[in-house]
Amino acid sequence: MKHLLSTADLTRDQAVNVLDTAKQLAAATTQGLGKLPPLRGRTVVNLFYEDSTRTRISFEAAAKRLSADVINFSAKGSSVSKGESLKDTALTLEAMGADAVVIRHPSSGAPHRLAHAGWISGAVVNAGDGTHEHPTQALLDAYTMRQNLRDGEGDLEGVKVTIVGDVLHSRVARSNVILLQTLGAEVTLVAPPTLLPIGVDTWGCEVSYNLDECLEEADAVMMLRVQRERMNASFFPTTHEYSNRYGLNVARMNRMPAGGIVMHPGPMNRGMEISADVADSKRSVIVEQVANGVSVRMAVLYLMLGGTEMGE
Amino acid sequence: MTHVNEHGPDAGRVVLDSDDISRALTRLAHEIVERTHGATNLTLMGIPTRGATLAARLAERIAQIQGSPVDVGSLDVTMFRDDLRLRPARALQPTTIPPLGISDRLVVLVDDVLFSGRTIRAALDALSEHGRPQAVQLAVLVDRGHRELPIRADYVGKNLPTSKSESVKVNLLEHDGIDAVAIERGA
Repeated sequence: MKHLLSTADLTRDQAVNVLDTAKQLAAATTQGLGKLPPLRGRTVVNLFYEDSTRTRISFEAAAKRLSADVINFSAKGSSVSKGESLKDTALTLEAMGADAVVIRHPSSGAPHRLAHAGWISGAVVNAGDGTHEHPTQALLDAYTMRQNLRDGEGDLEGVKVTIVGDVLHSRVARSNVILLQTLGAEVTLVAPPTLLPIGVDTWGCEVSYNLDECLEEADAVMMLRVQRERMNASFFPTTHEYSNRYGLNVARMNRMPAGGIVMHPGPMNRGMEISADVADSKRSVIVEQVANGVSVRMAVLYLMLGGTEMGE
Repeated sequence: MTHVNEHGPDAGRVVLDSDDISRALTRLAHEIVERTHGATNLTLMGIPTRGATLAARLAERIAQIQGSPVDVGSLDVTMFRDDLRLRPARALQPTTIPPLGISDRLVVLVDDVLFSGRTIRAALDALSEHGRPQAVQLAVLVDRGHRELPIRADYVGKNLPTSKSESVKVNLLEHDGIDAVAIERGA
């Protein structure tokens, strides 16, 4: 695994290996081990062109726990605000000796460009690009499902997952659909027709416009954030109507099977796509997702930087 | 160091068969009990994969001798190795620490083969992350020589003179379907 740009890069074995590695690293954290040594002397750059708290902090904590040196670079307050191109920023990072670049960018495909343009020799991890992908989020979601629904072992064969909300703009949904299907799960997307991308019928998952029909068998229900910053067209009439039809409230949650879990990639709009009661309920694993994010990102960094590069 | 069996247990020259391994482990168990004065403060920590299996077998034997259970755990040393950068990233193995922890315990590390000593160096580093044992000792099924560090075993099942080009394969029932130690010519 040289780069992690899309969950489509991962075979089932590779994905399970990431989850297994994350499990051992999580155990090391539980056992009270502080810093682990495998990335000592390696430099990880967090290159963030978009606002993010949890993803950046999560990657930073992951890299530091593995003893890597971390450089945080955010577009605000850097030469990017003076008009520096991605290429020139990349060349600067290369000159500083970055072993891995974790990039978040508003443009879909920016991480791919960074990885394949020949500007840098290090590994590239996609931490969210435009409306394209967010592979480490999908991996931490899969890890959380495996912990809660499969005793932390193997793949997700036969797990039924319902993903609800703004699939059109959601890189989280896209990465999850690919990864969950790689791991053997059955995915159903639920959204108003205006928030489904063209070509969703080729994704290989079920699609529904009716949330109430998709709860009885859902082992996991993943609520997507309504991205107000991207809601510049009239995707739905009013937020109230959206909440009524596609929001997860207690009455809907209670129709899920016993042991079913509720997930959300955060940040949540309480009262909009998810009610506060649901977010704080026993079924909610939203806080667990955040904790798992650090372990999964440690696993990704360890597998990419912890040995020689594959094929070298 | 773990030796994966690629060619089946028949390949190479068998130097220890199932009975030999069983007798060696029984003797090691008695030696450990004797040298630790009854194993009252003893914790066995096996190095995965086969070291952890051997530690579990030793714990069973020591418990039989003493009539009381012995603390046993496993210690993954992968992230503490000094040769991580020489190979693609290795899979991590489970570390399990017994409930009493390892601080102030007499820890006996258990591995299948002692060779360069680098695995044991890594194990000492890993161990110190989990606490401060009263003392650390080392038990191995096979010592094949060729040390690269000032490390020696306190309990040895079998001293096995080898050339550096040979490889020693330890097969255990739990992983390989048979108990046998074989020497193979290097490629």
